Amino acid sequence: MEPLTNRKKVLVQKPLNLAERMYLPALAKGLGITMSHFFKKEATIRYPEQQREFSTNWRGMHSLKRDEDGRERCTACGLCALSCPAEAITMIAAERKPEEKDLYREEKYAAVYEINMLRCIFCGLCEEACPKEAIYLDGPIVPSDYLRKDFIYGKDKLVEAPLEKK
Amino acid sequence: MEIAFVIEKLILVTIIFGISLVIAMYSTYAERKVAAFLQDRLGPDRAGPFGMFQPLADGLKMFMKEEIVPTESNKWLFMVGPGLAMLTACIGTAVIPWGSAIQIGDHLVQLQVTDINVGILYIFGVVSLGVYGVMIGGWASNNKYSLLSAIRAASQNISYEIAMGLSIIALLLVTGTMSLKEVVEQQHGWHWNVLYQPIGFILFMVCAFAETNRAPFDLPECETELIGGYHTEYSSMKLGFYLFAEYINMFVSSAVMAALYFGGYNYPGMDWVLAHTGTTIGPLIGTLVFFGKIFAFIFFFMWVRWTIPRFRYDQLMHLGWKILIPIAIVNVVVTGLVIAVIEKF
Repeated sequence: MEPLTNRKKVLVQKPLNLAERMYLPALAKGLGITMSHFFKKEATIRYPEQQREFSTNWRGMHSLKRDEDGRERCTACGLCALSCPAEAITMIAAERKPEEKDLYREEKYAAVYEINMLRCIFCGLCEEACPKEAIYLDGPIVPSDYLRKDFIYGKDKLVEAPLEKK
Repeated sequence: MEIAFVIEKLILVTIIFGISLVIAMYSTYAERKVAAFLQDRLGPDRAGPFGMFQPLADGLKMFMKEEIVPTESNKWLFMVGPGLAMLTACIGTAVIPWGSAIQIGDHLVQLQVTDINVGILYIFGVVSLGVYGVMIGGWASNNKYSLLSAIRAASQNISYEIAMGLSIIALLLVTGTMSLKEVVEQQHGWHWNVLYQPIGFILFMVCAFAETNRAPFDLPECETELIGGYHTEYSSMKLGFYLFAEYINMFVSSAVMAALYFGGYNYPGMDWVLAHTGTTIGPLIGTLVFFGKIFAFIFFFMWVRWTIPRFRYDQLMHLGWKILIPIAIVNVVVTGLVIAVIEKF
């Protein structure tokens, strides 16, 4: 059959010459290569003690942000839940009472805000969708756990720590 | 006098036994460290400083594991196998001269358990017995993989013993004695046998790799084809014994190579050192040098293991029968001719 392209190459297996059949020269070369690695710096990171730095565009665990006065930014508009391709976010909205003015920034807030970390694919679409700059995926790796129910993170784990009182 | 002699030998045997066990134990650690360094890794570093207690932890693990004896196996032989492997590995150290005689008080202590006049043959006998441990263990397991692997081990050992024996014959022509003590004594200072028998040494070393079932000739244990090799069915300390015997074998064959070809406890400038340190410390320095050579060989064993891939079985047989044996025979003939010519003229 005519070759379809002109890139066909016929490989010819040459018989080994004497040096190759003796194994020893190739062996010495190989030993030299491994010995050069003996003195190279190891690539290992001793994990629990040393931790590799995350890249700048790393997306980790979500955090719900507070504004400069320490009030929660989220207004429970639901855009993040809507944008989420994995349907990992659920929330229940509530109306702010007058005495809670320094807890929540807007009149409406999320009474329950849950992310199922087993569903989440860390795509960052919730971060993009949020009009209030309330959610960011700037946390660490989500830690492991034993039960599925423990991977549903509520506001206790998601909301940023309150600001220090001056 | 007779009692004192027995006690002296008993102490020596105990010390050598202890040393070979400790070295075998730490060879497992060294192997993992060397492997790690050659692969840009760290190796075990969790148990103790730099992972120094790793062998202890491994040993403890081996003892704690559940002992499983397959139902269809031959129970008695299944138990004998690892013991035999361990025994033959350990008794090889008996004829190796660890150093020249040490003077304690006005008594000369020989650092060799026994100086039999066929020391080299004894080593050969013991090494070839080593295959029985593997063979019996593999057969008694009643597992096809184990049996195949045992057959491989047996045929490999037999094939390489011939080339090994022939390379030793050339050495015997040079030394004119089979007593290991005398062979080592002849290599005083710089007159190491490797200078007279370089090809013989390379042959011997290649065969030693095959005899100890080390890479690149570790076909009896090759995981990709035979699961675990002859110790597939073994667990707990029986498995530990097999693995341990391999490291003791490595230690013994390193010691034999160092003694036969690399001058044993001789080193250049030893006369000057002996004259300055006296007859007690001086020989001990020689012993340290000997152990340095042994460790260098053990390191070389590991270095090779982590460099080259395993031979195919037909390549192994081809190398043994069609390359090593003819070279060994030529080596014997050439050595004999050269010696005859030198003696004649």
